[in-house]
Amino acid sequence: MTQKHKQQVPGFTAEEVVSKIGFCKQLEGGVIMDVVDAEQARIAEEAGACAVMALERVPADIRKHGGVARASDPEMIAAIQKAVSIPVMAKVRIGHFVEAQMLEAMEVDCIDESEVLTPADEQFHVDKRRFRTPFVCGCRDLGEALRRIHEGAAMIRTKGEAGTGNVVEAVRHMRAVTSQIRELRGADDKALEKKASELRVPVELVAWVAENQKLPVPNFSAGGVATPADAALMMQLGAEAVFVGSGIFKSGNPAIRARAIVRAVTHCNDPKVLVEVSKGLGEPMVGIDITTLAPQERLAGRGI
Amino acid sequence: MASESRRPPVVGLLALQGDFAEHAVALAAHGLPTREVRRSADLAGLGGLVLPGGESTTMLRLLDVEGLWGPLGAALRSGMPVFATCAGLILLAQRVESPAQRSYGLLPVTVVRNGYGRQYHSGTFALESAVLPRGTSGTFIRAPRITHVGPGCEVLARRGSDPVLVRAGPVLGACFHPELQERHPVVAMFAADVCAHGSAQPAEAG
Repeated sequence: MTQKHKQQVPGFTAEEVVSKIGFCKQLEGGVIMDVVDAEQARIAEEAGACAVMALERVPADIRKHGGVARASDPEMIAAIQKAVSIPVMAKVRIGHFVEAQMLEAMEVDCIDESEVLTPADEQFHVDKRRFRTPFVCGCRDLGEALRRIHEGAAMIRTKGEAGTGNVVEAVRHMRAVTSQIRELRGADDKALEKKASELRVPVELVAWVAENQKLPVPNFSAGGVATPADAALMMQLGAEAVFVGSGIFKSGNPAIRARAIVRAVTHCNDPKVLVEVSKGLGEPMVGIDITTLAPQERLAGRGI
Repeated sequence: MASESRRPPVVGLLALQGDFAEHAVALAAHGLPTREVRRSADLAGLGGLVLPGGESTTMLRLLDVEGLWGPLGAALRSGMPVFATCAGLILLAQRVESPAQRSYGLLPVTVVRNGYGRQYHSGTFALESAVLPRGTSGTFIRAPRITHVGPGCEVLARRGSDPVLVRAGPVLGACFHPELQERHPVVAMFAADVCAHGSAQPAEAG
């Protein structure tokens, strides 16, 4: 009986379920695009993005330039908010609750507590329940997903390996979450208790997932999506929407690629449409083979 | 409810982007099967249509690319029950502001996009209505605000002084999201429209 649980998510009030998780559900079947200025935001909106992520440097440039990556200049975020009518999201460093307070004061529509920025706290994530603004957080497996939801995240995305143009890690993370959900099917009380203690989350949350066979919040994908086929792959693997970071504005023809990825997500199960939209897109972003990255260059291990 | 001798009508869900899956769950609770609509062929044989919440700019763009603008417009004007929430209401309004954008014009209202503010101002608010049960509320998410209601449009519910649930003939439009709340009476209202319309139609052969 999934219906019974529609209004109940362990740890969320009924109002948070409809207003915070409900906001995230409006993004389903859509593409959220990283943009660094108002002009890119307009291109994204015109191409059919369902939201934009405002940040100063896309992950590929954060990788290239190094240094500490922080929340973006409020002036730049405000310019993007002014330029488009679709939701505007922005990133904060893991655990940096003051950056989050500032984004909430600016009425950013959704806050991404992101491993793409340099973590500010190695022990704690932001206590997302203290905010009115919905949060999205990355995960590599079910344990990370449920810990973030327990902290108050209203939406989960795979971490993937941002800024590489390589979808392999996003696939790994999505498969990990879905197979670990499947393993919970039919688990008895003792097995649920054991799993909850292993994942360090309340047993009610694990029991909800075991019974409903899905996460209690929308499950999106991010990290390394560069082509319409990548986006459709993540959707067919169970993502409900797709974040595209460097993949659009680091490619040869961002406007055309953005439109193609939007259409690919809507028609993710129709290979004929995917063929059509993939023709003549110009150069994709140059990818990185993840096995060539040193462990400290990998972002997905941040914030577990 | 449909009689036992006929199958319940199938409701089409515009599934270009947005919370169409929530509408499917909400209508299933009333025994109504649904079909996702992404191309014009998906519009055949429907007994009702839902335009869900989501981003209206995304939906407009995809309606054009898919060649769906015309066929969907014909279906919307065919007289079958139509239910539009949030972005769906924007697509049906006669006039859209902030910014101005194209729409089908089936509901004689003017809407201001995000008229109640950004997501920070989203939430569940009490509704005043003569037709809904006392205590009914609505969840508004970056909701459009109706600033003008033209002739031929009935206001069924208000939030404060603002109209938020309107009807024009077979078209029902909500600024809020009944599909997100458990067993919301507005979903029941639309389900009853679909069943009544279905039993007034000749049964399909086979």
